[in-house]
Amino acid sequence: MYRYDEFDARFVAERVAQFRYQVERRLSGELTEDEFKPLRLMNGLYLQLHAYMLRIAVPYGTLSPKQLRMLAHIARKYDKGYGHFTTRQNMQFNWIKLVDVPDALADLASVEMHCIQTSGNCIRNVTADHYAGAAKDEIEDPRVLGEIIRQWSSLHPEFSFLPRKFKIAVSGSAGDRAAVKFHDMGVEAVRNDEDQIGYRVYAGGGMGRTPYLGYVVGDFVPRQDLLSFLEAVMRVYNQSGRRDNLWKARIKILAHALGPEEMRNQVAREFEEIKRFGSLYLSRDEVARIARYFAPPAFETLEDDPSELAAARQTNRSFDDWCKTNLAPHRASGYTIATVSLKPIGGVPGDISHEQLDGLAALLDEFGISEIRVSHEQNAVLPHVKQKDLPVIFARLQALGLATPNAGLVTDIIACPGLDYCDLANARSVPIAQRISERFADLGRQHDIGELKIKISGCINACGHHHAGHIGILGVDKKGVEYYQLQLGGSGAEDASIGAILGPAFGEHEIVDAVESVIEVYLERREKNERFLDTVRRVGLQPFKERAYATH
Amino acid sequence: MGPVHKILTANRLRDGEVVYWASGRWVTDLADGEVFAQDEPAQEALKAAGRAVEDRIVVNPYLFEIRYVEGRVRPVEERELIRAAGPTIRRDVGKQARHVPV
Repeated sequence: MYRYDEFDARFVAERVAQFRYQVERRLSGELTEDEFKPLRLMNGLYLQLHAYMLRIAVPYGTLSPKQLRMLAHIARKYDKGYGHFTTRQNMQFNWIKLVDVPDALADLASVEMHCIQTSGNCIRNVTADHYAGAAKDEIEDPRVLGEIIRQWSSLHPEFSFLPRKFKIAVSGSAGDRAAVKFHDMGVEAVRNDEDQIGYRVYAGGGMGRTPYLGYVVGDFVPRQDLLSFLEAVMRVYNQSGRRDNLWKARIKILAHALGPEEMRNQVAREFEEIKRFGSLYLSRDEVARIARYFAPPAFETLEDDPSELAAARQTNRSFDDWCKTNLAPHRASGYTIATVSLKPIGGVPGDISHEQLDGLAALLDEFGISEIRVSHEQNAVLPHVKQKDLPVIFARLQALGLATPNAGLVTDIIACPGLDYCDLANARSVPIAQRISERFADLGRQHDIGELKIKISGCINACGHHHAGHIGILGVDKKGVEYYQLQLGGSGAEDASIGAILGPAFGEHEIVDAVESVIEVYLERREKNERFLDTVRRVGLQPFKERAYATH
Repeated sequence: MGPVHKILTANRLRDGEVVYWASGRWVTDLADGEVFAQDEPAQEALKAAGRAVEDRIVVNPYLFEIRYVEGRVRPVEERELIRAAGPTIRRDVGKQARHVPV
């Protein structure tokens, strides 16, 4: 993974010192809350319902054992013993005291971590495919570009005061595990007919109040021009984005008001301009320098499906169940990618205790795995696991309470923190996730239902990605009472789509039954090998609507 | 249901803790908060809270609605119930962990 050079280390240390001074000035009264708020937000510090919340950047979701141990330390020393992985691959602590934040930031800096650009109207922490460097279908490791974009965008003076926040996701594979079309800008590595690698760039995607899928603004941007091209998109947005209206300030509104043709023309004009007046040429050497940080480990020559794996699967039913859903094909034979589910039945999606963070660090060390990934689906991923090690790794995960066999199934639910923590939320989202998870706890039933992505947001800001859920749930407030809207047919994958609202919202005690009834309709109507999403797309909303509202 | 009254709340600057106004002091338990049956004293308290903001004791003061339920103060909205107790999904953290009845 990327290692800080002298410049990076100084840059982050200076930032900690600056913020320490800003906190001192706030406490001494030199700064008012209005003056201080933008400064704390630039350091990822929010004030939520119960306390301050610190959002820590996990660039492209990659964490080393040392960093995992530091997060465990932060949880113990400054918080209440646990943290929360978010849908943008970051980590949030919910109980931070303002007076402790400078020390927490200094501790984080000691392991090359920070909270810069996890909030505010800037280019936010870049996200990437959590299978990066390991996926079988990968064209190139998206983290190389992710790191280049991170360095280019960090405190970029031109892009520190954008009309609104700006989120970039990078994918290096045909299979989209980074939801690129739902981002302000999405970058996808592609190969042309001459076998060269370039980038397809999407712009104008987003969730929130007005969801849109991004469209292509660059079909095949050569690598050396990529930063110039991204800068061209940013300039069009920075110039014409709606600063007059908070609800219309994201690039998606501009992009869809202009339309693809005009947007592409404007980007092309800026791109030419940038190239004429000194472009940000991305040299082969610089890319190679960054790529070295992400060089894959030296894979041993191993056979797929070793005998010890087959034997363990035969004798251990729980292990076999886990292997069925929590493993993904790896680029090297004899290896696999393992998903560590952070969705125990009835648990809080994305929450992790300090013991589990330390336990994962120890597990990585024991098996020579150099890093772990955080997925936007709020799970952790072990990227390079020898298949023969799986039985022992599974046992270790079981001991940590991290071996739930449900990756991609109905109980692998994304949920934002919701009204249990968040100042913006209108309704709780986690209790709904917990009750759905408990309702479908039976593993046989989960396997029968198959791939089904439920995503829950506690407000229209859509941190829980409900627009991209096969089943999406949005919490709304009606005169202080929580209600839940149901959406069907969304997808954040390569077949991206925005879910459609089924009808009037359900009460807190009705929503789980409504979810169950739409799943029953799927089970009755599905054709061979059809996922829930495919059935919804084929038969439309009506049959689901009829059942869900039959007793309503 | 009984009539709606108001309580004044804010977050403490240094640590973000939820606090309630009680005759010129800030207390951490809802049950100890001062209940305003009339609008005028509530607005006066809100004005006084503005001074507490200037004095860097609290941030973001505002009034919210409560009712008496079985003799105990109960916020009308879920949001204030959660602020007063802690997350409903973790009963071991927040004010509720100190066994404060809400």
